[in-house]
This record gives sequence, C-alpha cells and structure tokens, in this order.
Amino acid sequence: MATLDSKIPSGPLADKWRKHKADSKLVNPANKRKYEVIVVGAGLAGSSAASSLADMGYKVKSFVFHDSPRRAHSIAAQGGINAAKNYQNDGDSVHRLFYDTIKGGDYRAREANVHRLAEVSANIIDQCVAQGVPFAREYGGLLANRSFGGAQVSRTFYARGQTGQQLLLGAYSALSRTVGQGLVELHTNSEMLDLVVVNGHAKGVIIRNLITGVVTRHTADAVILATGGYGNVFNLSTYARQSNATAIWRAYKRGACMANPCYTQIHPTCIPVSGDYQSKLTLMSESLRNDGRIWAPKRKGDNRAPAEISEDDRDYYLERLYPSFGNLAPRDIASRAAKRVCDEGRGVGETGLGVYLDFADAIKRLGENGVRERYGNLFDIYHEITAESAYKQPMRIYPAVHYTMGGLWVDYNLMSNVPGLFVLGEANFSDHGANRLGASALMQGLADGYFVIPYTVGDYLAGQKPGSRPSADSAEFKAAEESVNAMSKRFLATKGKQPVSHFHKRLGKIMWDHCGMARTKEGLEDALQKIPALREEFHATVNVPGSGDTLNQSLEQAGRVADFIELGELMCRDALTREESCGGHFREEHQFPDGECKRDDEKFGHVAAWEFQGVGKTAIRNVEPLNYEFVKMSVRNYK
Amino acid sequence: MNLVGSLFGSSIGRKIIMALTGVILIGFVVGHLVGNLQIFQDPDHLNGYAQFLHQLGPLLWVARIGLIVAVVLHIWTATVLTLENKQARGTEYGFKHTIRATFASRAMRWTGVVVLAFVIYHLAHFTWGVVQTETFKETPPLNHYAMANDYRVAGFTVVKAGADVANVYNMVVLGFQNKAVALFYIIAVGLLSIHLLHGFDSLFQTLGLRNAKWSALLHKVALALCWVYFLGNLAIPGAVLAGKLQPHSVKVAPAVQR
Amino acid sequence: MVAATTSSTISVTLRVWRQAGPKALGQFKDYPAKDLNSNMSFLEMLDVVNDELTLTGEAPIAFAHDCREGICGTCSLTINGKPHGPGKGIATCQTYMRSFRDGDIIVVEPFRAAAFPLIKDLVVDRTSFDKIMQAGGFITARAGSAPEANAAPVPKGDSDLAMDAAQCIGCGACVAACKNASAMLFVSAKVGHLGLLPQGQAERDRRVLAMVHTMDEEGFGNCTNQYECSAACPKTISHDFIARMNRDYLGATLRSAFNPEAASSAGGA
Repeated sequence: MATLDSKIPSGPLADKWRKHKADSKLVNPANKRKYEVIVVGAGLAGSSAASSLADMGYKVKSFVFHDSPRRAHSIAAQGGINAAKNYQNDGDSVHRLFYDTIKGGDYRAREANVHRLAEVSANIIDQCVAQGVPFAREYGGLLANRSFGGAQVSRTFYARGQTGQQLLLGAYSALSRTVGQGLVELHTNSEMLDLVVVNGHAKGVIIRNLITGVVTRHTADAVILATGGYGNVFNLSTYARQSNATAIWRAYKRGACMANPCYTQIHPTCIPVSGDYQSKLTLMSESLRNDGRIWAPKRKGDNRAPAEISEDDRDYYLERLYPSFGNLAPRDIASRAAKRVCDEGRGVGETGLGVYLDFADAIKRLGENGVRERYGNLFDIYHEITAESAYKQPMRIYPAVHYTMGGLWVDYNLMSNVPGLFVLGEANFSDHGANRLGASALMQGLADGYFVIPYTVGDYLAGQKPGSRPSADSAEFKAAEESVNAMSKRFLATKGKQPVSHFHKRLGKIMWDHCGMARTKEGLEDALQKIPALREEFHATVNVPGSGDTLNQSLEQAGRVADFIELGELMCRDALTREESCGGHFREEHQFPDGECKRDDEKFGHVAAWEFQGVGKTAIRNVEPLNYEFVKMSVRNYK
Repeated sequence: MNLVGSLFGSSIGRKIIMALTGVILIGFVVGHLVGNLQIFQDPDHLNGYAQFLHQLGPLLWVARIGLIVAVVLHIWTATVLTLENKQARGTEYGFKHTIRATFASRAMRWTGVVVLAFVIYHLAHFTWGVVQTETFKETPPLNHYAMANDYRVAGFTVVKAGADVANVYNMVVLGFQNKAVALFYIIAVGLLSIHLLHGFDSLFQTLGLRNAKWSALLHKVALALCWVYFLGNLAIPGAVLAGKLQPHSVKVAPAVQR
Repeated sequence: MVAATTSSTISVTLRVWRQAGPKALGQFKDYPAKDLNSNMSFLEMLDVVNDELTLTGEAPIAFAHDCREGICGTCSLTINGKPHGPGKGIATCQTYMRSFRDGDIIVVEPFRAAAFPLIKDLVVDRTSFDKIMQAGGFITARAGSAPEANAAPVPKGDSDLAMDAAQCIGCGACVAACKNASAMLFVSAKVGHLGLLPQGQAERDRRVLAMVHTMDEEGFGNCTNQYECSAACPKTISHDFIARMNRDYLGATLRSAFNPEAASSAGGA
C-alpha cells in the first residue's frame, strides 16, 4: 500500500501557504546549478515551471513531444483566467475565489490547495501582464474583466476568445528566453515513454525522439510532469488529437498513484459529431446559452427541417424541466438532459446525436446585428465547420468531453507518492475536486508553474545530496530503456489487420456509452468486461506499419492508445467504486429527484488514489480522507 | 553591429538601401521628365535647360556620380536579394499559385533588367551620342542652336540670348522620327512605369511609413503617378510620330557660320 | 434554406508529395479518395486515406496536425499551391471537403522553404521559428518580480492592436506563401505585439535587432512587399506589422550606431 501523506501545513487556512514557504528548506544559489530538473510537457504548467526554475539557477531539461513548446493544448482555452484582484469593486476576495472553487468542485478538492491557488491568482495576472500578455482593457487603459459560470463576481481576465493562447505564448516566451540564455536545454519532438525510479525516487526518464526514433536516457535530481489531461480516452473530445496520457500512465505503472480518474468534465455546447470519420469535437462557448433556447422535437424520429417544426411540436426541455434556471442550467445538468433526449430518439441531425440551440427569438429581440455583435465569431466558427448559418436555422449542439479533473495524486508540494516526481497542471488531481469551474484551468497551470513549484522543488532537492543522481548506465535506466524498445518492437511485429484508430474509436465508444455523462453499475460492469477484451484484441491484431527508426505516427499512436485502453479500464473501475454522484461523476443510482448529484460525504468524502498492480490486475484503491476544516460540505445548489 | 554593417549586412537594411536609392531614382526620372516636357515649348526652353545643366560643371558630376552610386546600389541589392530569395525557397512548388501579388510586383526583376538595358541605350543615344549619330553629332548645322531669348532659372538668367548651344530639341525630334527607336522608348518607359508602380508603393512599406489606414490612398497616388509618368513620356515620341513636333528651322548663330 | 441533415458525397484524387526522409528523393503520388462525406475535414479525409493505406501495406502519409481547431499552428499543408488550402483566415484543419468538387485533383505539398527542412512526406521542421523567438521574442520578467498589473495603463487601442499581432499561431504559412520564403510577417507580428506595449519598451531595440539577425541567419528570404503572407495567414495578421518592424529596425539601427554605451554592463544579466 502506498502511503498518502498530503503534507497539508497546520494552522489557519489563510496562513498555511505563507507558513509553508517559510518552513520550506532552501537550496543555496551556488548549489542550485548542481541540480538537474527534468520538466516533461511545455503547456502553461510545464513552460512556466521550466523557465522559473531555470531563472532560479537550476539546470533544467525540457521535453516536449510537439515540434515546438508553443503547440501545447493550453493554447486552445478560450474563455479566460480567474484571479481575485477585485478590480471591479464587487466584493471579490481570495476567500471568495477559494470558496467558489471548492463549491464548484462539489467538495471533493483539498481546502489547502485551493486556498493557495486563490492566493497566488493575483500574482499570475501581474506576471502575465509583465510578460506582455495583451489582456482586454478598458478605455482608461486598465484591465477589463468578464463574468463566468459558477461565480457572482466579475473576476475573469481575458484576451478576446484566445486567453489560453496568449497565456501559453507568454509562458512560451519565458521558456524561449531561458533556452536562448542557455539555462534550459530544450528537446522538442521528444516523447517521454518511461519514468525511471531508482531506490524509490524518480531520477530520470526515457525519451524517444519522434523524428529519428532514437531512444535516450536522461537522469535528473527531480522529474516534473506537466503533460495535461487524458480526455482523449474518449477518442472524441475537445482535446487536441495528440493529447495523451502516456507520461502519467507510464509513471503510474512505475508506482505513482492515480487519483480520482473517473472525474471528467463534459461540456454541454459542442458541435455534434457528423460521421464516424470524425476526429475532433469543437467547443462553442457556453455564453451562447445566455440568448439561445435549447429544444428538440417532441416526437421521436421527427426529421423535418427545424423551420417546419411548429412551436407545438417543439420541446424546450431545459425550460420545461428547470423552470427557474432554464437554458442556463449548470453544465452537467444541461449535458445529461441532452443525452436523455437523444437516447429517447428525439435527437436531431444526421446522427441523431444533437439538439437545437435556437437564436430565432434572440434575433427577433436584438436583431440580426445585435446577435452578430455578441456572438459573431462563434457563428462564424459554426458556419465554417457545418456550412450552416445559425442566423437562419438553429445551431445543433451536443455535449463533449472537455477536461479531466482526475490525475496523478500529489501532496501539498505537488509531489506524487514517488519522491522526486512532481506533477503539475491538468496532469495532477489536486485543485478542482470533482468539477472544474470555467477559467480555472489556466489559473491552476500557471499557479503551479510560476508560484508553487519554485518553492516546493527546493524543499525536496535540499534533502538530496548535490551530484548524487545515478548514472544513466545504472541497471534501472537500462531496464527502462529496454522495456520501451521491446514495446515498440512488439507493436511493429504484430502486423495485424486493424489500424490503431480502429481500437481508439471502439474504446471511445465504450467509454462514452458507459463512463460518460451518466454512469450506472451495470454499464460500468459491462465496460469492465469489454475493455480488457479490447486490450487483448488490440495487442493481438493491431497493424502498425513502418519501422521504429524514423518518424512513425502510427507507432506513436499505438503506444498512446495502448495506455488509453488501460487507463479507460481504471476510470471505469473508479467510477464503479465511487457509489455516489459528485460534479463530473454522475451515477444514475445516486441523484436527487431534480437530477442533481447526490453525494455521499460519509462514505466518499475522500480521494481515491489507485496503485498499479500489473496489467489486467485490479489496482489497489488507496484513500486520502478530505478533512474539511473551514468549509461545510453542503448540497451544491445554483438555484 | 555598426551602421554600415546593419544596413548592408541585414535583409531589412538592404531593403532600406533599395528603397532609399529608389527614392533618388524616382526623383531623377520624374525631374528628367519635367525637364524634357519643355520640348513642347519653343526650342529655347529645352536647349537652354540642357545648356544650363552642362554649365553646372563639377556639380553635374556630383549629381551624375550620385546617380551612378544609386543605380549601382539599387542593382546590387536587387541582385543579392534575388539570389538569397531563390536560395531561401529551396525546392519549388509543383503547383504554383499566387494569391494576391500584383503583376507589377512579380515582374520587378524583368522590368528592372529591361529598363537598365534601355537606360544604357538612352545614354548612348542622347548623352554619349554613339548610336544614331546621323541625327545628332555628325549633322551640322542641325546640332547647333542660337538662343533667341534668355533662359532663366528661379529668376536668374543662366543662358543668355544669342548663345550657341547644343540643339537637344532637334536631336530628340530627329531621334524619334525613327519608328523603331520611338517604339523601344515607349515600351521601355511603359515597363519603367510598371516598375515604379510597385517601387513607389513598396518603398513606403520598406521605410515603415505605410499602414492600412492610408494604403489605399497611397496606391491610388502611385497609380496616378505612374500613369502621368507614362503619358508624359509617351507624349514626346507620340507627338514626333504624329508629326506634331518637327525639327525647327535652323537659325545658325553667326559665330558658327564659317 | 439548407436542411440541417444534408451532406453530399464526393470522390477526389489526391496528388501527394511523398518523401521517405530528408535526403530521400521525393515525388508526387496519386491516391483516390472515394465517397467522402463533404462535412469531413481535410485532415479527417487524410486519416481515412491513411487507414486504408495501412491496411494495404503502404506507408501512411505523414502530416503534422494536433488541435484541429485552428489555434495550435501544427498543421501545415500547401493545398493546390496555397498554404492551408482554399479558405481565407483558416488553417488546414479548418478546411472541409465541401470546399472541393467531385472529381477534383487536389495537389498536396509540404510548406516549402529552405529554413523549414523536410522531415518526411508533408512534415517539415520549423525549429527556425523557435530560434527566432529564443533570440528576442520575449519580455524579460522573472516570476516573482512583476509589478502590480494595473500599475502601467495601456491605451486600449495599443492593446487591441498588440492582440491583433499576438494572435500569430506560428504555423509558417506566411513563409510558405511568400515567393521568397521570408519570415517577415511572423517576426514582425512578435516585434509589433511586444513593441506596442509599455512593458516591451526596455528591450525594444535589442529585440528587433536580435530577431531580425536570427531570421537572416536561419536562411529566410527577404520581403518584396507582395503581401502573399498576410493573404495566406490563418489569423489574417496584417502586413502593416512588417512596415512597423522596418521602422523599428531602422530606428534601432540608428540609435545603436549613435547612442553611447555604458562602460560596463556588469551588475545585470
């Protein structure tokens, strides 16, 4: 059994971080350059961590599987970043941001971590502005804010609809500077395929160069994973096509615990799937629900054009079911309602997996230009993808996987249960509980990289003797490299009859059907039969063409899908074991009559951290109790 | 890097050199045209003007050297940049496609080369007098002219009435009576106008003086300038070919009548 | 009005550049792509073709892609001679098969530039862009040292204009479209973005000189002011930023030539 010590500092909530920083051990400047730190991933968390640690004097190696750090998927975040600046004079505070995030997470996050996040949020904005992030401004030249779901204050900073891009490019510029100064050694096209653990401590990684196929060993005094979320288990999601779980999964298989893997966030307003060739789902901003009305035909299989369906034959089901919140019902409720409608055979579009988001009334009220002013760019994106004009006919929308709250287990220092292995950003589980609020993902990534890891990594390194890291020729490194090479060889030698994508699609379907928006005991048990069978079939019949010593995208994908299949199984097991509903985890057996999540704080007010026991063997479920000292767990209520 | 190094050694620096020499050359060709258009007045004007330029002596040479340096730099930067650009592309596309680059911009190299050839011929024709000699140097008394009135520049008399000067007027008219020469001239100034169209527009971009707010206006000005330039240049051989300009009756100055 | 449930089917021939490696000889090869749903994206069409190739034993076509929503800048095809295909202001991943007609021959090539060496098939190496950014595409601001965000107001107009430039996704279409493979639009977008903000002033001259120097070193061509770059840019970044950079460069050159330098720069980084 792994020991899970959260290392939450004692004392009043608001003093914990300050106290912890003061108590942390330091590495003296002359010694810093003797320590090597590996950072895997270069999104918001990875880039900010690598550049910050390099500026402090550590020797940093940054690995990214993309051709440039600027490609990381943080770049696609649209809405904004929260910060408790209270520039709007509307009563915001660190405590309020903390409370909103805890509540939004359905009381499944650690209080201390979330409070720290809220504390450093204001520093993030300062840092980004100093880097030249062009946040939206008012005419007076000061920063503008917008409001976002789950909060009653206006605290979201934004750069048009491309906040993630601008923040990532800010972090990328910091990383680029340190690379240019020779402080960071940047390895692009370099995918981490294994974690090397020596004497129980993370001491290096095995990297495959995706262009040359060369596999190399890299030693370090500490390893930081900032490799993002695992939503592509579902195949179709709003994630980038190459986003993957391989780094965290291989770390899991080397002993790091995987916490709450079943917590997935599903976004209600995405453009629906148009066919089985589909590779990607595109998000349409939630803000559309402010003026659009969601409906489906009342009759099953009614495939008339929407304009021909009279008012009497339409079911504005959110307005009907949730009269007080109507079309602005929370994300998870709106998502599940759409699923139910489609399951009843009332879905629209070619695939029957979609509902209408209708702007006819808004156009009547505001005029076409009024609607264009508010949503023009979104309507353009919709038109680009579907060739339909949402001014003339309703949009079709459907929910899609969007974020994973679960991830590798970390303590207050963001260190996993494997000493020396730190996990930042979406890759860890720590700050969003069972559900993440809008505009909080960017905040967490940058908080971890700029303001948390610079303190906590030093605390760990101070306990490691400078120059004590093992040689790359040690047995552990050799063994890890061999296992990586063996895996590639196995894939290439199988020469089966199906391409990798075939298995990814099938896994995605199983996951979406049984471990998606609504989960049941039967469904999850069914999935736990199907997934191991799929895994066997995959390894027996996959076709990976080409060789391992050149750019081979099929080979890359094969490794990732192999990991997704195993991770999917664990997600289902986690979902099956967590017999309650909370945030993004909805068990149909556990709900209030109005469809809200029914938590069981008594039995499940804890973090479930799974410990690997071998492929095909049931992992051990470790538990970290969540002690709420400052906030009372209560039923989440947005009505 | 020092100033010379920055300008000559960097891509933008060389473009700036090209733009600045372009400004000089545009100034020259426009001034040249304005001077030449005096042909439509009585021969005193053109001939007096030519005489005035000759009298500048060392100053003329300063201007000439300035122009030569500008031409050399203009051609040097064009050559270096072109070679670098070829190298920068590497492999050509199999499917060639242009989105919006104008004909003028794409033809710069060819219009430039033809214009250079023309300039050499033009100098040989009218300055050095080594081609079409029958229309000029070797045909006295057509090549002499006695000023009827004073020629003034800025109120100062620079060429006095009665002075014996070169008969540039006749030289031009007789030269253009040869249809092939006139045609070559017309084609060359046409290409030069096209060259100027992109060059004029472009130099504002290179010197950083252009933006979307007034680029449409700038383009119109460039277009107008080039048309005026072309029509102005066309007018001279055109008028000669149409018979509107004739060699004027020679009034040989007494001093030359030996 | 188009009913929401219509899609048509088309068949096209792909003429794809195949090249096994940087030093291998490349050539065009034709592949039929049949019965494609017109709502399919161009990259999804390539996915389908690749799955078919895999099963027939031929090497799948290597192409770069990632986010598939036009923001990461990874995708990089030249389709019928135009980087990112026929659309305006979109990336290849936002190109849909409905842009083509049944029976079309579609020529697919990599981005061509000496500074973007070919890796395989349609994948090129754009590390040169990263090198330019490492030379100066930043404002030096260490974590922890930043002043209060609202301490320096930025006029909204400047901030909006900076954002126009900052939208660059670093895909390299500007280079691919330029007859001279020039990176001026890419470099000027970053120079313009940072130069417009008060935070970017301290390093303004250094930045433009260093970035242009590296751009030249990396073997990009020169700007001939034809503006193919901005026409091909998936974010429609204006070539006005090139003019702005030219001006900045000239100013920085003159200042660096005539301004006195301190006898020692010790005490700073």
